[in-house]
Amino acid sequence: MSLRPLILANTNGDAGWRLEHYLARGGYSALKKVIAGKVSPEDLIAEMKASVLRGRGGAGFPTGLKWSFMPKGEGEKYLCCNSDEGEPGTFKDRDILRYNPHAVIEGMTIAAWATGATRGYNYIHGEIFELYERFEEALQEARNAGLLGARILGSDFSFELFAHHGYGAYVCGEETALLESIEGKKGQPRFKPPFPANCGLYGKPTTINNTETFASVPFIINMGGQAYLDLGKPNNGGTKLFSISGHVNRPGVYELEMGTPFAELLELAGGVRGGRKLKAVIPGGSSAPVLPAEIIMDCTMDYDSLSAAGSMLGSGAVIVMDETVCMVKALERLSYFYHEESCGQCTPCREGSGWLYRIVHRIENGQGREEDLELLESVAGNIMGRTVCALGDAAAMPVRGFLKHFQSEFAWHIEHKGCLVPLDVQRAGSQIYVSPSC
Amino acid sequence: MLSAEAKQKIDREIAKYPAGQKQSAVMSALRIAQEENAGWLPKEAISEVAAYLEMPEVAVYEVATFYNMYELKPVGRHKITVCTNLPCALSGGVHVAEYLQQKLGIGFNETTPDGKFTLKEGECMGACGDAPVLLHNNHKMCSWMTPEKIDRLLAELESK
Repeated sequence: MSLRPLILANTNGDAGWRLEHYLARGGYSALKKVIAGKVSPEDLIAEMKASVLRGRGGAGFPTGLKWSFMPKGEGEKYLCCNSDEGEPGTFKDRDILRYNPHAVIEGMTIAAWATGATRGYNYIHGEIFELYERFEEALQEARNAGLLGARILGSDFSFELFAHHGYGAYVCGEETALLESIEGKKGQPRFKPPFPANCGLYGKPTTINNTETFASVPFIINMGGQAYLDLGKPNNGGTKLFSISGHVNRPGVYELEMGTPFAELLELAGGVRGGRKLKAVIPGGSSAPVLPAEIIMDCTMDYDSLSAAGSMLGSGAVIVMDETVCMVKALERLSYFYHEESCGQCTPCREGSGWLYRIVHRIENGQGREEDLELLESVAGNIMGRTVCALGDAAAMPVRGFLKHFQSEFAWHIEHKGCLVPLDVQRAGSQIYVSPSC
Repeated sequence: MLSAEAKQKIDREIAKYPAGQKQSAVMSALRIAQEENAGWLPKEAISEVAAYLEMPEVAVYEVATFYNMYELKPVGRHKITVCTNLPCALSGGVHVAEYLQQKLGIGFNETTPDGKFTLKEGECMGACGDAPVLLHNNHKMCSWMTPEKIDRLLAELESK
């Protein structure tokens, strides 16, 4: 098995998140090493590049490279952590904030050293408000111990870090919407360029990384970039937290070496619930194209393998669906979500996401028309690449994925004005399920 | 309408942001105002937040309407938001919502006649591994909900 906890190693659930526990696990040793050794920002960024850590929020952009875009020199610069985790299927950052918030604080402080950032914010999903409060407590612990704030560990290096909460807007997980939101506005994404590294929060140079990305930093500094890369496979370095939900016996967060076969992850999660047959898997959060069982069973869980299979690793959110699932109904729920969460700024997304939902809805409800499949393709195609941010693409990609692999089920619906999977089977398959281990 | 205590809390939020960036505290300020106004934001509360943060009222109203955890109409003493998104639905999210509707005798976006409970359908709360999931008054997450646990929760809230 390739279970390889790093960020979540020895975290001991809700009883082990405080500073004393993190220190006992060797916490803040990477920061001490950087400050005591006066490691140059260039060397630090080179180490990050060597690790091939790729952004864990979903886009997979190399972290070291992103840090190198920050302009040199004095002045206000910002660092933002994106903990606005609201992509259906994703719940790994919640576990990091629950069990190891100091790893995020240490990672951000090291990133501040590397990028010259003077101030940072962790933007935390409003729905996990209890963890926003916990993060504030962790920040205070770090400040009291001289690990954060002015003159960290007695050096002349200072970095201020604060928590900011969202309050129910999926789009704020998009990095420039997140910046708008911190500035106290509606979270509507900005047009790029300029990119945040030049013009970010309050118009100043800003780097934004995901929670898991920041939490990985101390481990990379401690073990060395190459050793971290070697945990995964070439171009897909390190470990990854996978959130696995849906029809498995033990849903939850599993930290694995990048490149672990999907079959192993499924086995770790206890296999498909009730011994039923696997039908399909969304491997990287609801925006990632769905893959049928026969394709996903041959994939390894990393950026390159899933991309070659026509989907993506995204945030590492694995939604497992068994044979009791009606694919039209599944897509209908996802399309509703994107329609609901479109910020309304770009016409193709605002109008198109509504069209996608309404068409899938009428197919599911026995009112589908023969031309609807073509119409869905056309609407999806007219959204993609035509919006300021990726939410439009995120609404279109699931539609295309479902149609690509399950077109016959959609056609069956239209022809027979009902579900291919009998309703009582669907209902039985979606019963309330609580894993015995919970 | 904003109490001295609420203003104190808002001041702590303002202090997190650089000088001249008070507006950044608007999300917290609205949350704090909502907490002390029975879970919703009357127009006066929005105006007071605007005045306190020296923002145009319309800019505060934009924020209050954009983020869906703010309520612009009265809600029951206990707002229950159930996630019915796909990952939750696969593990019973819809059944939990139906059970709550039947127990409370109300649909989504409705409040019980005694003003105690409001039921809402929510989007992803980022806790799909804990499905079925619901939120009580925005801040308390309840995981792995079963009919038995819902019965216990409602009985406990009933007395509050």
